[in-house]
Amino acid sequence: MNLHAYLVLAAMVFAIGLFGVVTRRNAVGILLGIELMLNAVNINLVSFARFHADLAGLVFTLFTIAITVAEVALGLAIVIVIFRVRRTVEADHLDLLRG
Amino acid sequence: MGDGQQAAGHASPPQDAPGGGEDAGQGVGRATLETLGFWTTAGVLLASSLGVVLTRNLFHSVLYLAVALVATAVEFLLLDSAFLFGVQLLLYAGGVVTIVVFAIMLTERLVGESIRQTSRHLVNGAVVAAGVLVGVLGFLITPDVPRPPVEGDPTAALGRALVGPYALPLELLGVLLVVALLGALYFARADG
Repeated sequence: MNLHAYLVLAAMVFAIGLFGVVTRRNAVGILLGIELMLNAVNINLVSFARFHADLAGLVFTLFTIAITVAEVALGLAIVIVIFRVRRTVEADHLDLLRG
Repeated sequence: MGDGQQAAGHASPPQDAPGGGEDAGQGVGRATLETLGFWTTAGVLLASSLGVVLTRNLFHSVLYLAVALVATAVEFLLLDSAFLFGVQLLLYAGGVVTIVVFAIMLTERLVGESIRQTSRHLVNGAVVAAGVLVGVLGFLITPDVPRPPVEGDPTAALGRALVGPYALPLELLGVLLVVALLGALYFARADG
């Protein structure tokens, strides 16, 4: 398989994840879409690292994975707090900061 | 790793030993296997990704995400990154999915009913996603790159890079993880 096959696959997964982020109403659903997009980026990084024989892509993938784990933990903690306060996780109802 | 070294062996110029022809045949067989694996995994990955964004049940959505993450891990394996395959399985499929399932069950228990999730602006979302897809694919007019042979052990090289040129970012990453997890703990503590 050549590089383009992997890049096309990653682009399609990224687009699907973006679709999820735009269309989901549930905050957890939006987080899942972000997960998909980050995964697509990881596939891109690893395939560039493999096809250009450059180790930096692998290192950055490792960093991305670790940061994603932190992001998910923090995001879900915020979702739980919001749920306690507002009794909803619908992103449209969370307009506390609307002027 | 064993695969990677095998690939390096197959990709090296053929020796004049009598086993050369058989060696090349195995290399072709491995390439076909890789192509087959790629298309199978790509199909699974795309189908489960669509499942994540389209299913109405949030819990099913997370299960589809787990399938997508495992398929991504297999893609890493096809790209000769055995270590990232393990990391992806342990951290993503093991850690992230567990946290999300916990969060969903927690909120469902609190609200006392299963959360149905709906989507909105489906057409707008599809237009935006398709636009980004076309925009990204537009960059693929650059010439395609053939697959170079694996040199050495990728995992060992990655380990050396992590404690060599990338040592400082690695330490900062550790600090970031501690801060983020302490913050999450602070948010989610019982007497909020």
